[in-house]
Amino acid sequence: MTDTIVGGTGTGPVVDQHGRPLRGLNQLDAGTGGATPPGTGAHGSPHDGGAPAPDTAAARTTGSRLVDRRPVRALLALLIPLALLGAWQWATTTGQVAPHLLPSPAAVWASAIDLAERGLLGQYVAISTQRVLLGFAAGAGLGLLVGAVVGLSRLADVLVAPTLGAVRAIPSLAWLPLLILWVGIDEESKVTLIAIGAFFPVYTTVAGSLRHVDPHLVELGRAYGLRGPRLFTGVQLPAVLPSVVSGLRLAMAQAWLFLVAAEMIASSMGLGFLLMDSANNGRTDRTLLAIVLLASLGKLTDTVIGLGQKHLLRRWS
Amino acid sequence: MALTTFASPAPAGVRSPQPVRLRDVRRAFATPTGPRAVLAEVDLTLAAGEIVALIGPSGCGKSTLLRQISGLDAPDAGEILIDGTATRGIDHRCAVAFQEPRLLPWRTLSENVSLGLPRGTAKDTGAGRVAELLELVGLGPSADLRPRQVSGGMAQRASLARALARNPGVLLLDEPFGALDALTRLKMQDLLLDVHAAEPTTIVLVTHDVEEALYLADRVVLLGAPEGPGAGSVKKIITVPGARPRDRASAPLAELRVELLEGLGVDTHHAAQHPTTQHPTTNPGDRPVDPATRTTPTTETPR
Ligand SMILES: Nc1ncnc2c1ncn2[C@@H]1O[C@H](COP(=O)(O)OP(=O)(O)OP(=O)(O)O)[C@@H](O)[C@H]1O
Ligand SMILES: [Mg+2]
Repeated sequence: MTDTIVGGTGTGPVVDQHGRPLRGLNQLDAGTGGATPPGTGAHGSPHDGGAPAPDTAAARTTGSRLVDRRPVRALLALLIPLALLGAWQWATTTGQVAPHLLPSPAAVWASAIDLAERGLLGQYVAISTQRVLLGFAAGAGLGLLVGAVVGLSRLADVLVAPTLGAVRAIPSLAWLPLLILWVGIDEESKVTLIAIGAFFPVYTTVAGSLRHVDPHLVELGRAYGLRGPRLFTGVQLPAVLPSVVSGLRLAMAQAWLFLVAAEMIASSMGLGFLLMDSANNGRTDRTLLAIVLLASLGKLTDTVIGLGQKHLLRRWS
Repeated sequence: MALTTFASPAPAGVRSPQPVRLRDVRRAFATPTGPRAVLAEVDLTLAAGEIVALIGPSGCGKSTLLRQISGLDAPDAGEILIDGTATRGIDHRCAVAFQEPRLLPWRTLSENVSLGLPRGTAKDTGAGRVAELLELVGLGPSADLRPRQVSGGMAQRASLARALARNPGVLLLDEPFGALDALTRLKMQDLLLDVHAAEPTTIVLVTHDVEEALYLADRVVLLGAPEGPGAGSVKKIITVPGARPRDRASAPLAELRVELLEGLGVDTHHAAQHPTTQHPTTNPGDRPVDPATRTTPTTETPR
């Protein structure tokens, strides 16, 4: 899902002229202009002798690839959503689908205005976002901590990992009755459930990737006097950072998933509640509104982490 | 490529060269078919400031021996004394350049080299030193590139610079020029000698290149099983005659080259001849023998 490349000690360039991973190596990208045609010599001589000089001709052809231009990319990304919207509009205005099954985009918009005027829309979005962010912060933080301990210590691995594996197998909704009983029906139970959801992707990726940090690099760190926390921050953490961010992205998606589960069952506000409530009252327009909002918010939080990831990976590859 | 000696004085915390003594070092590894002895009874004494080349067939335990000295691995028996004290764990008087470059992919070359600086080096002193070392190994213009953006030979030179940054009492180099093209290799050999002259240190250099060993080292240690396959130990130690820099084509070196290659089990097709007669296959340079280097080489066989 990302351009992550980790590990390896780097004995040759596998990046393009902009320092990005050489995507032209992928099967489906080759031949679309990503791979430099043979004979143009994108990387100059294979011998070492100073910096590999950027081959201007090759840089120009690669830089002007249509798919790599930002406005073009944005347009291409919007293509399918716009087509879907068009199909939706067409299906409802031509009467292909009954309005109670699929209300028109305009009807959904109207329901949004209606809810907003009653002050509910903002409140629902705010409370849901707050729950997700709180639960995500708690779960991801704990996941980092436990994942680091399990990934770095054989003992902790043997001791803790099997139990956590079993706990992870518990379906999210199974927690809810117990959580309500133990921590109450208020915010705590929902935030706790979301934290459980965010914990596991982070824990799993951190523990797993720490266990597989290139042992050559760890040994190098030790040979140059790094130990304990300095070895962790100097070698192990940077080595796993790209996969940790991938884990955070998964955790954020999981947090939204668990939010809806919690709000559909035990809540009187929020987007999950709106979903449940509208379905019970046959308000398909509001159901669709909730779905569109969840998709947008989920995509927004994912994009924020994705931007951080992109910035990070520029250094890692 | 600047091959002059260091312009600035060595930074604070510079160490003097340390003598190394390996006493009956043994190391065996567990394998599915039982323990396999890799090093048996390695006995070796290195004088402070000496350059010793380790050569031997692939898999005979050269890298393993370096790991024992650096403390990254501990011998099953025997001991290693650096400057008279037994090593315990990773020894900070040593610096290693591994067989692979092992650069941290998220750091630039100069940030990688600065990892080698002794702890507590002042920031600007360190930055100056790193820039100087990068310049020395011909990587000045590539200082800000990441390992993935450079060639294998460039990465290896960065790894050498990192080891030099440590200013070690004992410098352990595992085939430091293995990935370099022939020309860069010759330049780097001279660079190493320059660095050694400017800041003397004890150097243990693993190499597959017999000529490199003879050009650089005070003594060449031939590692291998005494007969047939088995645990490696010191088979032969050759004291290389002549002061450095040596004439790469001198006759005594050519003779030693033949001796070493035969020790490695290579058939040199060399008929026994009078040492002063030039042999076309072993003396490609075909230069007259420099009288200064025409000293008799000595060969000792360990007990
Ligand atoms: N950690 C280990 N576990 C098991 N066997 C090992 C281990 N380390 C080294 N060996 C074995 O010890 C032998 C010597 O390895 P070593 O890396 O020292 O060889 P080398 O002389 O450096 O070879 P090369 O010239 O190819 O680098 C090899 O047969 C190797 O399989
Ligand atoms: Mg080796």
